[in-house]
Formats: sequence, structure tokens, C-alpha cells
Amino acid sequence: MELAVETKSLTRVFEPKKKKEGKSVVALDSVDLRIEHGELFGLLGPNGAGKTTLLKILSTLLLPTSGKAYVAGFDVENEFHEVRRRINMVSGGEISGYGLLTVKENLWMFSQFYGIKTKVALERIDQLLELFNLEEKKNEKVRTLSTGQRQKMNVIRGFVTDPEIIFLDEPTLGLDVNASKVIRDYIVDWVSNGKNRTVLLTTHYMAEADQLCDRIAIIDNGKILACDTPDNLKRIVKTNTTFALDVTMLENKDALGVIQGVDKFMFSDDAEKGFTRLKFVLTDESAVSDIVSEIVKSGSKILSLKKTEPTLEDVFIKMVGKGLD
Amino acid sequence: MMNLRAVRGRAYPRLIGLTREPSWMFFEIALPLLTVSAYAYIYKFMAAKPEFVGYVILGGAMTAFWLNVLWAMASQLYWEKETGNLSLFLVAPISRMSILAGMALGGMVGTTIRAISTVFIGVFAFSVVFSLTDPVALVIVFFVTLVALYGMGMMFASLYLLFGREAYHLSNLLTEPVYLASGFYFPVRYLGFWTAAGASIIPITLGLDALRQIFFPSGAQDAFLPIWTEIFVLAILSVAFLILSKFSLDFMERLGRTTGRLTLRWQ
Repeated sequence: MELAVETKSLTRVFEPKKKKEGKSVVALDSVDLRIEHGELFGLLGPNGAGKTTLLKILSTLLLPTSGKAYVAGFDVENEFHEVRRRINMVSGGEISGYGLLTVKENLWMFSQFYGIKTKVALERIDQLLELFNLEEKKNEKVRTLSTGQRQKMNVIRGFVTDPEIIFLDEPTLGLDVNASKVIRDYIVDWVSNGKNRTVLLTTHYMAEADQLCDRIAIIDNGKILACDTPDNLKRIVKTNTTFALDVTMLENKDALGVIQGVDKFMFSDDAEKGFTRLKFVLTDESAVSDIVSEIVKSGSKILSLKKTEPTLEDVFIKMVGKGLD
Repeated sequence: MMNLRAVRGRAYPRLIGLTREPSWMFFEIALPLLTVSAYAYIYKFMAAKPEFVGYVILGGAMTAFWLNVLWAMASQLYWEKETGNLSLFLVAPISRMSILAGMALGGMVGTTIRAISTVFIGVFAFSVVFSLTDPVALVIVFFVTLVALYGMGMMFASLYLLFGREAYHLSNLLTEPVYLASGFYFPVRYLGFWTAAGASIIPITLGLDALRQIFFPSGAQDAFLPIWTEIFVLAILSVAFLILSKFSLDFMERLGRTTGRLTLRWQ
């Protein structure tokens, strides 16, 4: 059966402009992905992991160095005209469009690049503006919009053409809770209300990926490290136990990472509030007592201790060896 | 049909911009008139033939087209890249030529209004008498000049992407020298045959020369080539520039997809 997206050993290497200026960067390294029609698929990875490069190849903006990529069954390299008829894309922090046009005019203009009849386009634009709570801004010039309003407009631009497959590159980047929620809710509704509509979403936000995606691929250094449903991914770390502790400012943390039974150890200092947040992934729960002893020995006080259920972040840390921040 | 809708869509911001930002009237009509006035007074002071003031007014009007081609056509794809619009154009299932054609069409219509305004104000201010002898030739000359000129702008648009941030300097470089070489303020014939022939690669050179012959038949001795010869050359230039713009756009897109540079800002 034809897949929405399929990549086979997809590799992209960026060469420096001049050989003297640096070395080649492998942005994607033999990536194999299979995304079914109707899936909301997430791509989770740190900056520079290769997420955007992958989206650019799939949206026909970039050619692979080697390997193959197919969108809706069409080769992105040789059948890009067919691919473009079926896709759209939206990026977080986009500043596209023209500031002197109104929101509605901008959306109409982009719809014309997809050959949509004006009457149909305007009807869809009105519906989407209402759904995104942007109706009252429809006759405002784009340059007067706030960041959140502008990003909502960008997302509407992507959906107004009713694509078969949409690529969303960090669509909620830098948005407040309300604006993010409106966008996330719409994405879920859009996929579930249409036959075979597919979303490929990249994100930095673990909770977003967990909440939205049917399946998630974790990518780092151009390689897919894991690909499964959020629940199955969490099972990978379920054998381990995660503890979170808030302690008064802890100076020396080196000893904590080498305690027997500690698989992963992360910390962050909040100098302003005067505490350190510690997070441990333990292979042996009894290691907690050694951790507590070590903290007390160092003169720090324990403010809180919490055992947590595995999250995507734990999976990510296990796979990548570091957090997203 | 899809491509026609795209042309209309991309032309729209240029056309609506005329009503949204009326400051253009000052910058694009009043300011060019100052240069026109300077030349007009020089010619009057020198007691040159009255046609020369008319030549200058026509040259001033055509300046608007040249500036529009340089700054709003040739440089435009570069600016579209910087704002992120270029990626969206490239992902759309349309001919890239339709985007350029939309930009050109919007630019032509808007700039024609500016150019006509300059002519009217110039005629009123300097009491120049235009005598239109051949309206058919006027329409044809105007049409082929604009098609050739904007065809060249479309070709430049993709080539400017190669130059990246240097595009700004390139437009500056092409402004003043072309005023001279194309004879914006004097008949190009006086630069000598070979210089004028070389400058004819810029369509405005022959277009302006033909327009001057149409509006000032008494100044025929100032003409570089006969009107219909100029129309013929302009028609060839139109076809050539449109074909070259298609090739250069395809080349740039292929290069951009290979190197990844078309979707990166500040390159």
C-alpha cells in the first residue's frame, strides 16, 4: 500500500562553500521512515538534529545527497510537481506574506498559488479565521499582528489549501499557552476529520509531541534513534525509575552521577530562587538512599522528592544522552 | 488556470500597494521631477530645441520603469528569500514564471500610473507640446518595451539570487550608468552608433528613442534607428529575455535544491 511518506537510506550532506572554510556536515544519515496516510507523526530532536533538513527534502526544497524519499508515492527528486500538488508547509516564526496586505488578503494571495477559486478560498479563510479566533483581525494589516496572531495566520495559510500531507516545522515555537492550544487542537481535529490527511510535525516540545502524535521518531545527529507510539517509547524506560529532587543550592554534583544504580543524571540550578533541581533515572530504586546520603553529606537540604512516571523526555534522554535544553 | 490565478495573486500586493502607501507619489513622482527639471532648465538656458525638454520629460517618466525593474523585480526574489516567501513560492505547485509574471504585471501597471503622472506634471510645468502622430506605433512600442524590460527584470531576479547580499550593490551599480548609456536625458544617438547599439541591450534605450520619435516627429534627426526597426529589435529582446528568464529560474531552483542556499537567509 502507498505510504504518505517513505524514505529509504535518505542522506543529506552539506558541503562548505569553499573547501578551506570547513568540513562537510552530515545532516541526515541513512534515514528510513514509513508514515502511513492518516497519521499524525512527530519528529523530535534537538537543534541541528536534521529535522528541518528532512522536512525540506520532503517538501521538495532540497535534494537528497543519496537515498530516496517519496511523498504520496511520488519521488521528491524527479516527480516534485506531483508532490507539490499534495502538500503544504508551515514553519514556526515565519514572517512570510506582505505587511501592507490584510490578513484575509494575504491568505487569499497564497491560496491563489494553489489554484483555489476565490469563492472557495474566501469561504475557507472565513471558517479558519473563526476557528483560530482571528476573525476580528481579518481586515487588519499583517504588520500590526502580534507574534501569536501572525503564527495563527501562518498555520491557516498551510491548511487553507486543504493539502493531503502537511509539514509543520515547530508550528508553536515561541507562542503562549492559549495560541499553542488553539493550533494543537486544530491539528488534531484536521487529521481526525479528514480521510487520509497526514501531518508530519517537528517539535522541541515533548508534551506537544506526546499529546498530538500517533507515532514519534527521535532524531539526533541525522539518525533516527527510535520510532514508535508515545506509549511504546515510554515502555523503553519503564524498567527504570525516575526521581526528581529539589535541594538547596548544591555546589558539587559530580559524586551523584557515579552512584551505583544511577543510569542517567541531570540537574539545573536556579540561582535566583537558591535551589538545584536534580533528576535521576535509576536502574535500581535502592540507589535513592545513597543519593539522599550524598546530598545531606554535601550540606544541602532536600526540599522535595518525587518519583515520576516515565515521560517522553526520559525516553529522549536515554536515547540522545541529553535533554532538549 | 492555476498559473493565471498565481499571476493575479502575486500582482495583487503591488496594485493594492498604490492605495495603501501614498508616499510613493512623493518619492516616485515628485523627486524624479526634480532631476527632470534640472535638465529641462539646462536645455532652456542653452536655448536648445524645444523637443529636448520633451525628451527629458519622457526620459524622466521611463526612469520609473527602470527603477521598478531594478528594485522591485531584479532584487525582489532576494528579498522574498529573506522574508521566507521564496520557500512558499517554491513549494507551491505553480510555474515559477507565474510568480515573476505577477510581480512584473503589478509593477507595470503601478509604474505606468507613476510614469503618466510624471509626463502630465512635466508637460504642465514646462509647457511642452507632445504631438502623437502614430497611436498604433505608440501602443506597440510601449508594449514591447515593457515586455522586454520586465523580461530582463525577470531574468535578473533569479540571477540576483546568486549574488545574495551583493544584489543591493548591483542595483546601485546599474542605476546611474544606465541613465547615461540609455540616454534618459538626451538622445542616445549622440553617444555614437556603437555605444548606442551596445546600450540597446537595455530595452529602455530603444523604447525611449522610439517614443521620442513618435511624440516629437520634428526631431527625427535625433533618432538612433527607425521606429519599426526598434520595434523589431525590442520584440526579439522580449522573446530572448523571457526564454532566458525561464532558463535562469530553472537553473537557480535546481542549484538551490542542490546546495540548500535558496532557503537560507542572509546568504
